[in-house]
Amino acid sequence: MVASAFRDRLKEGDEIITSELEHHSSLLPWMMTAKKTKAKLVYVPLTSEGRITASAFQSVLSDKTKVVALTHISNVMGYRTPIEEIVKIARTKDVVIILDAAQSAPHMRLDAKALDVDFLAFSGHKMFGPTGVGVLYGKKHWLSQIEPFEYGGEMIDEVYRDEATFKPSPMRFEAGTPNIAGVIGFAAAIRYLERVGMDQINAHVALLTRYTLDKLSQVEGVTIYNPKDTHSIITFNIKDVHPHDASTMLDQHHIGIRSGHHCAHLVARFLNTPATIRASFHIYNDLKDCDALVEGVIKTRDFFQSF
Amino acid sequence: MNIEQLYRQVIMDHYKHPKNKGLVGDASYLTIHLNNPSCGDEMTVQLMCKEGIIQDVRHQGTGCSICCASASVMTETLKTKPIPDAEEIIHEFYEMIKGYPFNPDVLKGDAIVFQGVAQFPARIKCATLAWKALEQGLTHLKEEEQHHG
Repeated sequence: MVASAFRDRLKEGDEIITSELEHHSSLLPWMMTAKKTKAKLVYVPLTSEGRITASAFQSVLSDKTKVVALTHISNVMGYRTPIEEIVKIARTKDVVIILDAAQSAPHMRLDAKALDVDFLAFSGHKMFGPTGVGVLYGKKHWLSQIEPFEYGGEMIDEVYRDEATFKPSPMRFEAGTPNIAGVIGFAAAIRYLERVGMDQINAHVALLTRYTLDKLSQVEGVTIYNPKDTHSIITFNIKDVHPHDASTMLDQHHIGIRSGHHCAHLVARFLNTPATIRASFHIYNDLKDCDALVEGVIKTRDFFQSF
Repeated sequence: MNIEQLYRQVIMDHYKHPKNKGLVGDASYLTIHLNNPSCGDEMTVQLMCKEGIIQDVRHQGTGCSICCASASVMTETLKTKPIPDAEEIIHEFYEMIKGYPFNPDVLKGDAIVFQGVAQFPARIKCATLAWKALEQGLTHLKEEEQHHG
């Protein structure tokens, strides 16, 4: 929605800063806006570990920069973007800052005002909520500037034969019958997470991640792509086992992981592998699950090596 | 059936020792390239038909063992078959892999092993990629024939 709105606001020569760590849902809207407006997509150079740093961001920021669209936590690498520092640097220019918080919102306390980003988005299904529902936060002055994204019922003020006026934000962006059940379910999920405590969740998940990384890094034949992660994501491969085969075999050992490129082709290209295995943790996991994962990986490796 | 049996039966054999693997530079072959964008599998199938009969099928791709083994089995299953028979076999293969009843008089041989994939919905796309490529090739040939005929 934000990227579409900026199709009227960007022009040739303008620059959009993003990164190779973006999920397709953060990258592609801006790529398409760049194509339509002839603005340029500029990628923050990643460190060899695959991190976004404030100094790398500074190196690509210029007077041409009009948009900064970055992920808060990469859904493949798990590393956190130093968004506070980046915002400070970015505010020296006239830019709009969009943060993809889909991975951070389920794991940590977020204060959109303190982060001082212009827009922030996250989705329900990553926070125990229903699918097909999410949150877009935007600063009021931005929300009242951008055009409605969709037109229909509920969002109008008055309609005439050749003219229509719209409600103020946020209602101007709520065309049609909303996903009522989804929104109520999502609110319940957020309340549940808050009752557990975001700081407790963060600490628990960090402990499991550290513990598993320590154990998994000692398994022969396992390559870990993000060995320094502390945010619940472990991305790895097993030598001579295709990630999809590993995924099916681990499933048989009652371990649910995800295999593939995780909707982030550019990360897979950065890692120079078509697909990876990704394990992630939340409050429903404990140390026994971590042990089961490591044992499952060993069994999977041994099974495929037996052919 | 558990997954280990599924792999043991035929899949790993075809994965490690694929049949009809490698592409040819022969202009009488039709080449179809398909990929599975959600997982990065890529498959190229080459097809040569003469007088309504599949004379030769080749394959080359990268992917998981189910994807690659299924390509090998597909070539073995459909080579030498008349096109209408091949279409019927492909249809029965899709039915089987989705867990629906299928006709064992039509679908025979190693292809039956992939029946177990029905229990792993995430792998159905892997198991059907090469078959979809060949099906596209047959459709293309038929369209061409109609166009010229």
